[in-house]
Amino acid sequence: MAYDSFNVLKSSAVPLPIENVDTDQIIPARFLKATERTGFGDNLFRDWRYDKNDAPKADFVLNNPTYSGKILVGGKNFGSGSSREHAAWAIYDYGFRCVVSSFFADIFRGNAINVGVLPVQVSPEFLHQIFTAIEADPKAELEVSLPEQTITIVATGASEKFAINGYKKNNLLNGFDDIDYLQAMKLEISTFAENR
Amino acid sequence: MSNSPTTLFDKVWDSHVVRKIADGPDVFFIDRHFIHEVTSPVAFLGLETRGIGVLFPERTFATADHNTPTINQHLPVEDPLSANQLLQLEKNTAKYGISHWGLGNPKNGIVHVVGPENGITLPGMTIVCGDSHTSTHGAFGAIAFGIGTSEVEMVLSSQCIMQPKPKKMRINVNGALGKGVTPKDVALYIISKLTTSGATGYFVEYAGDVFEKMSMEGRMTVCNLSIEMGARGGMIAPDQTTFDYIEGRELAPKGADWDKQLAYWKTLKTDSGATFDEEITFLASDIEPMITYGTNPGMGMGISKQIPNADDVEGGVSTYEKSLEYMGFAQNDSMIGKKVDYVFIGSCTNGRIEDFRAFASIVKGRKKAEHVTAWVVPGSHIVEAQIREEGIYDILTEAGFALRQPGCSACLAMNDDKIPAGKYAVSTSNRNFEGRQGPGSRTLLASPLVAAAAAITGVVTDPREFL
Repeated sequence: MAYDSFNVLKSSAVPLPIENVDTDQIIPARFLKATERTGFGDNLFRDWRYDKNDAPKADFVLNNPTYSGKILVGGKNFGSGSSREHAAWAIYDYGFRCVVSSFFADIFRGNAINVGVLPVQVSPEFLHQIFTAIEADPKAELEVSLPEQTITIVATGASEKFAINGYKKNNLLNGFDDIDYLQAMKLEISTFAENR
Repeated sequence: MSNSPTTLFDKVWDSHVVRKIADGPDVFFIDRHFIHEVTSPVAFLGLETRGIGVLFPERTFATADHNTPTINQHLPVEDPLSANQLLQLEKNTAKYGISHWGLGNPKNGIVHVVGPENGITLPGMTIVCGDSHTSTHGAFGAIAFGIGTSEVEMVLSSQCIMQPKPKKMRINVNGALGKGVTPKDVALYIISKLTTSGATGYFVEYAGDVFEKMSMEGRMTVCNLSIEMGARGGMIAPDQTTFDYIEGRELAPKGADWDKQLAYWKTLKTDSGATFDEEITFLASDIEPMITYGTNPGMGMGISKQIPNADDVEGGVSTYEKSLEYMGFAQNDSMIGKKVDYVFIGSCTNGRIEDFRAFASIVKGRKKAEHVTAWVVPGSHIVEAQIREEGIYDILTEAGFALRQPGCSACLAMNDDKIPAGKYAVSTSNRNFEGRQGPGSRTLLASPLVAAAAAITGVVTDPREFL
């Protein structure tokens, strides 16, 4: 029940060629005070996006109308730091459905899948190709196919496979979630707990 | 079960797998679940929306720590959003029958401090919390790691999460540590060598002379920082030091139960001949007091060294230069002598009694530098009481330091303890990310000894001068 299903996503992309983008940048701690999961998109990359007077910083990519799309492309080690799922919520709430990087931090990767944002890990070379393609044409489209587990730069046709385990893939394709699965095995879990 | 040599990690992990999903994660049973006010409300909301309950409320423990004020805790919390989160935690725990050590409770404190000090954290357990520094509890030979809020909801409703089994890494540090070199320095040294993503995908076991001789407080500091090199968690095999720490704590096993559990805990070690996916060995004598100069915990160096050249650093030059620009530092700069505006001692990394003893050992008989604002924040009320009992409070007061009340405080600056923009803070916490301690703040991560030396001199100072 938790999220939209994901199948094939074809979209232009927003480039963020910075390494080690940590979850404090994605959503600073002072914005973690909500008790619901919506509305975090307004504060996505808050301190990179706005100055201290809350005026948009012109040089930050989210404030540049040239770039748009449902795919965020980040540098190596995206999502490091805190376990705050708010980071994934903010990315989702802003409108992204997929994050591409050459390397993801573990907790962020799991959180992203759990909220319906697909983390696509590509080789450093392919990441470079994506950045180059967007630089050449800011409207350059990427096609992410979950059934095929491929990501393609539409203009050049360059394509790469990405990994995801079969269970999570099936969940995302169908919009299933882990809690439904676990609810269905509560008896088995209780028996396990008793025998420990 | 086969008799082939097995790692500590495998022993604990494998005994908690309820079901293995083909081409998928393990359904992983959780013994102990900690929650706090910031990452739990949406999980409880999820339970309501689905109309499901909490399966084993006695296995979850709540404390308020992340957004709480560190002064005047007897007064109503001023910030309405923080107050609401605290109220939600109180209501949610009451509704489902979950233990709650809220603000004002004598057992209140930072979740990763109060769990161990009350005997909730035990060897061989699986422990999770919606906080990445849950890795702290690995110091007891537990598998402990941070989870997201969706997973908090999973644990509440089913006492399980879905986890692919990580790879295994062993990090050995052998030999003896030099003067002024603390567990924090050992951890910052390892992270500086591995980088902030060097252990991503792995669970780490720390082994070797240095960890065997280390106190439980020190082991907690090291395991706490495992996440800062990307590892999901880190653990240390339990030994007599561990058992002595646990025995007699309020919620620890007693009597025959103690004997039974102790016998099991003694089996929790890596068998000789067991293999790891990766093994790295360092020499203790190569480690000196550490300090960070950049905007991730991997950007650290020995305090007597100089900031590296971009060309000598792994990763993108532009990211590195952006980081130094944020900090206002240049390549080849020495850190010694850099002006310090704030000093923060506390957090789940260095907020335990041993940390305040170390801090006091340097400030004793000296005075805080006038221009330095210092926040001295115990990890819990129990630590606070120890500080008073041991006379550390008097030493601090005489040296011009005020003791605040427990909480996460300036580590992530969710409360009012924010470092102002552009100011430099020597901090015993765990992250020096941009804006982590307040928008525009500049963080230098270091040990309690380095923090104390900076607080006295007002500049970055090698603490060995005072020892």
